Amino acid sequence: MTGQTPALRLDGIVKDFPGVRALDGVSFTVMPGEVHALMGENGAGKSTLMKVLGGIYQPDAGRIYIAERETRMKGPLEAKANGVMFIHQELSLAQELSVAENIYLGELPRKSFGRVDWPTLYARTDAILEKLRVGFTARTRVGELSIANQQMVEIARALTVDAKAVIFDEPTASLTDAEKVVLFDVIADLKAQGVGIIYISHRMEEIFRITDRISVLRDGEYRGTLDTAQTDETEVTQMMIGRKLDLSRSAATVEPGPVALRVEGLSCGTLFRDATFEVREGEVLGFYGLVGAGRTEIAETLFGLRKPTAGRIFLKGEEVTISSPIDAIRKGISLVPESRKEQGLVLGMNCRDNITLPQVADLTAGPFVADGAEISIYDQYRDRLSIKSPSWRTLVGNLSGGNQQKIVIGKWLSMRPEVLIVDEPTRGIDVGSKSEIHNLLRDLARQGYAVIVISSEMPEVLQCSDRIVAMYNGTIMREFTAEEVTEDSLIQAISGLNSGAAA
Amino acid sequence: MADTAIKTFGGLLARQGILVAFILFMVGFTLWNPRFIDIDNVFGVIRSSAILGVMALGVTFVVIGGNLDLSVGSMLSFSAIVVLDLHENPAFGPALAIPAMFALTLCLGAINGFLVGYLRLNSLIVTLGMLSAIHGLTLTWSGGQNMDIADQGATWFGVFGRGTALGIPIPVLIFVALAAFLGILLAKTPFGRKVYAVGGNPTAATFSGIPRARVVFLTYLISAFCVAVAGLIQASRTMGAQNTVGQGLELEVLAAVILGGASLLGGSGTIFKTVIGVLILGFIQNGLLLAGLQFYVQFVVTWIIIILAVWLDIATKRGKLWSPIA
Repeated sequence: MTGQTPALRLDGIVKDFPGVRALDGVSFTVMPGEVHALMGENGAGKSTLMKVLGGIYQPDAGRIYIAERETRMKGPLEAKANGVMFIHQELSLAQELSVAENIYLGELPRKSFGRVDWPTLYARTDAILEKLRVGFTARTRVGELSIANQQMVEIARALTVDAKAVIFDEPTASLTDAEKVVLFDVIADLKAQGVGIIYISHRMEEIFRITDRISVLRDGEYRGTLDTAQTDETEVTQMMIGRKLDLSRSAATVEPGPVALRVEGLSCGTLFRDATFEVREGEVLGFYGLVGAGRTEIAETLFGLRKPTAGRIFLKGEEVTISSPIDAIRKGISLVPESRKEQGLVLGMNCRDNITLPQVADLTAGPFVADGAEISIYDQYRDRLSIKSPSWRTLVGNLSGGNQQKIVIGKWLSMRPEVLIVDEPTRGIDVGSKSEIHNLLRDLARQGYAVIVISSEMPEVLQCSDRIVAMYNGTIMREFTAEEVTEDSLIQAISGLNSGAAA
Repeated sequence: MADTAIKTFGGLLARQGILVAFILFMVGFTLWNPRFIDIDNVFGVIRSSAILGVMALGVTFVVIGGNLDLSVGSMLSFSAIVVLDLHENPAFGPALAIPAMFALTLCLGAINGFLVGYLRLNSLIVTLGMLSAIHGLTLTWSGGQNMDIADQGATWFGVFGRGTALGIPIPVLIFVALAAFLGILLAKTPFGRKVYAVGGNPTAATFSGIPRARVVFLTYLISAFCVAVAGLIQASRTMGAQNTVGQGLELEVLAAVILGGASLLGGSGTIFKTVIGVLILGFIQNGLLLAGLQFYVQFVVTWIIIILAVWLDIATKRGKLWSPIA
């Protein structure tokens, strides 16, 4: 490929948001006729980078070259004018309009008096559709098409301009296997026409099937580019999750007590299958795996938010069914959810009210909420978790991420659960608060709680857990004890290379 | 600069500002026409606001819970017509007509609550449809005729609308008592807390084990209960009613609630603020009349108030006044 002019070249792209550097000097090159994978965990900066490319964000530093010509994208229209096209994960088509109208929306061919020139429109569209070898015509209403075919319409739209680079963002998320084959054929065609392609996906098998090179982002930094033919899933996974590990465990463990929760053969459709594990009082069980491995779904099933399709759940040896969050709470299961702002907190409520929310119906004096009891619960958990807030009246929306997370943890601790499940306990919070929360989780285990920690950060799982369950693609691949686990074996297990039986 | 100003000013208004705005408005209007603050005029406004006010108390619960209730206007017509008709029915009489009317009105609220809470249908559509359906129901009940109490001297029914106690009109007393009761329900009980949580962040409410459907259902029952009380006052005051007596009130009620500072996005507002909103609306309409404008102007003014209040709410949240779509 050397000697050719790159289709797209990024040079030192920097993007700052208040308090965070989302992109820190990202540079890579996409050649014409190349399928270039862009990988990274959630929060690595992929979407920010795509928004910079699409003209939605302006970079704070760095340059974008298209066919080696420096280009500034001031908006989505300009990106299109420069030949950069996006195939979005969420389709942006008007369901009630025809394929042709969708493809040429905003630039329909006109006759006199502004009337639409339908014959020209349909002829042009059909010419493009022919290239894509699809089974529908320009006049088909988009709403009648399958998701895969709707994606074809988006691709056709990309072909109406002289595209230099086409970006596919998780294109197979909602496709069947048969539909994927069609999509990959089209990508191969685009490739043959000399278009540069950026392919964003979490799915390793696709990446290795269709891409030529792989670039990896981590925490907003460019980590490097690999030749797909000369690497493997383990190497890519390592680049994505990093190796800056501090393996020192934060606290001594106690002898675990009786089994608090036991799960046997739990399945939920295709989200996860045949999960078997147990967690004892006084221990932390870590769940580790890449995004989409099924960890959060297991937690949501245990909390009554999803209905299992098979399997059994035992609490303290007794078989239970959990039909709703109310039911889970009553049976002593608490869930600190993945997303504190969407699922954990009512941001417009004060600190005290958020903490006492799940038990407010029980904190009463006569028909009224017992103010004093509420404030003393708040005070207790403020001290215990060192929550830094001016007063219990402060709205939770005004606290820092770390303190917000402590409010959510306090809320669930105050329910005195038998089993505490914590999903991504430190996502998006600063380093200081992170280690505080890690210590807190260890402390809770020492006090006799059965704790499940779900995380996509390897250091977090290694530091907090007594045992670690590694998940890949909906299946528990292997269970490790803290003593036997190594980074390499863990990485192998979560990239699906280890076929060791689940413990 | 303007954006910062609107954020500060809006933020102030969102907290205590509604009271400030109210005082400024009263002072301004009084300076312009001293008759405005005349004690008779003030009591007249409060008295004439009582029906609207009682309805607004209930709608406040629905709005804080994150939904709308546009059916309250035609529900008021329904309850007034029904209570008058049953009053005239020898099998009922006033003592049975009132509880029967309450039961029927609560059924209408239960339908709203069931459709929005348990079938998760859009509250705008559900209650807009109910507005029409209840109107039809009322006309069917009355056969299109106005209702009147034939022998007004022979009934104690007039006490709710015309009576006074300690010199204070009964409608005003009912409004104040109901406001106090519902204010405490909203601010001091677990149920009230749940209403705020459900409106403020439905997902977090689910994750906290709050039975959202039941909470939403109950807000519509409260709304219907308030309408029944308002309908009773209305029927009692005039001892008769047209089928259209509540027509258009849904928007005025909504205007008062938003003006008080309850966000249409749910999760914020208080009963006290709604009461202030009701009074402001009442005094604005009164001021327009004193200024010699035709009564009909108030319909336009109601619209202006709704738009301004919603705009201010959204602009405060977004931190900017001008924000075109995409």
